[in-house]
Amino acid sequence: MKRKHKRLTFIVLGMGLLATAAALMLSAFEDNIVFFYSPTEVLDKKLGAERRVRIGGLVEDGSVKKAGIEVTFRVTDLANVIPVTYTGILPDLFREGQGVIAEGRFVNGVFRADEVLAKHDETYMPPEVAEALKKSGRWQETEKTLKRSGQMDRMGTAQ
Amino acid sequence: MDRGVSESVSAFLDMGGYAAFVWPSYAITALVLVGMLVASLRWLRSTEAALAALKAERGAKGGAGEAAGEA
Amino acid sequence: MIQRFANPNRFMRLSAAVVPWMAGATVILGAAGLYLGLFQAPADYQQGESVRIMYVHVPAAWMALFCYTSMAAASATALIWKHPLADLAARSTAPIGICFTFLALITGSLWGKPMWGTWWVWDARLTSVLVLFFLYLGYMALVNAFDDPARGAKAAAVLALVGFVNVPIIKFSVDWWNSLHQPASVLKLGGPSIHPSMLAPLLLMALAFTTYYFWVLLVRLRAEILSTKIRAVRLRQVHG
Repeated sequence: MKRKHKRLTFIVLGMGLLATAAALMLSAFEDNIVFFYSPTEVLDKKLGAERRVRIGGLVEDGSVKKAGIEVTFRVTDLANVIPVTYTGILPDLFREGQGVIAEGRFVNGVFRADEVLAKHDETYMPPEVAEALKKSGRWQETEKTLKRSGQMDRMGTAQ
Repeated sequence: MDRGVSESVSAFLDMGGYAAFVWPSYAITALVLVGMLVASLRWLRSTEAALAALKAERGAKGGAGEAAGEA
Repeated sequence: MIQRFANPNRFMRLSAAVVPWMAGATVILGAAGLYLGLFQAPADYQQGESVRIMYVHVPAAWMALFCYTSMAAASATALIWKHPLADLAARSTAPIGICFTFLALITGSLWGKPMWGTWWVWDARLTSVLVLFFLYLGYMALVNAFDDPARGAKAAAVLALVGFVNVPIIKFSVDWWNSLHQPASVLKLGGPSIHPSMLAPLLLMALAFTTYYFWVLLVRLRAEILSTKIRAVRLRQVHG
């Protein structure tokens, strides 16, 4: 009986230590774990001038302009905006008001992306329901996306 | 009538243009899960057979008394 | 010796009765889930028909975590209480869990290409699930790496427990860090953000995957116990 208790304590303590170590390591390497930065973070930390960086936010409404295969649009986190240019094929989900992640660097104040990924939120519904929500005015796509993807709460800009 | 049916079947198979992604997802899921199941069932059958063979062999060698004691 | 075999014997009787029920439940739940998911559920307002990949991807990912959690719990039981079935349960779960993890990765890739625009990215969610895959692989290698099965089981059990820190990391990766993968839709505060017509097939498929796991687990456990018996009989033949 006593040996069982000893083993139990040992394992519980070991798991606790392990969890603490993992938490410390993950918070130390946070900058390497985040997949993208918001426009506010990019501007505050002056990222993307020398090194390639991924920026993420929403495609600003009315900002998408296509000229042949070159696309320009603006990425916003509702606090700051970054203009982006991109040449290539866009993912199916790329549209205005939708989450987007662009990888590239700044050239003369414009973000030149060489890869654009679409980020969708965790809401799933039939088109008719989405339509009905929009009609009844209970739909605020931009705000909803920002609030729901708790990731953007971290930036403190959504509220 | 027939055309309507075949049209709706081909629309279903097309998956709104995402057939190349939807059907492979389902196919590989079925393949892996059925494969795992069949492999596990076969392994169980072979161990059952092996144990039965061992018991029969020992029953023949050691006499009925010992075999009864083992079961 | 009698006590060591008393439990497995009872288990053999019990599992023989349960296996057909698990098999039946898997077939019925799976058929219902496929019917609702492929024929009844609507297309998504944004993702269109590609959303149907969710009905295999999400249950596979859930089961990948569920299997690992079960494996870690069984390993802890084996280390602490030395229950003879616990080691076998952990060992039998690993290959099923790695199948689910593999499926979550592959179907996720097949879903990510049309929706996100990429097969793979090194974001926190995808990377931590890949780590889970390698943890399963490491467990399976380690459990068979020793001549003495008891030593292999012990080493693998420790690995399973150490690797368990990855499970909460996978679950919360999408909340803690900016990632390409979206946050949870079903298990979250404030209720699911998924329409009931899509939630129903998702939950049915998840249940089917769960009963499938128990079905295959019981079959593999029975085979493991019989193998142990065969080894014991052979040993006695050699020495007796």
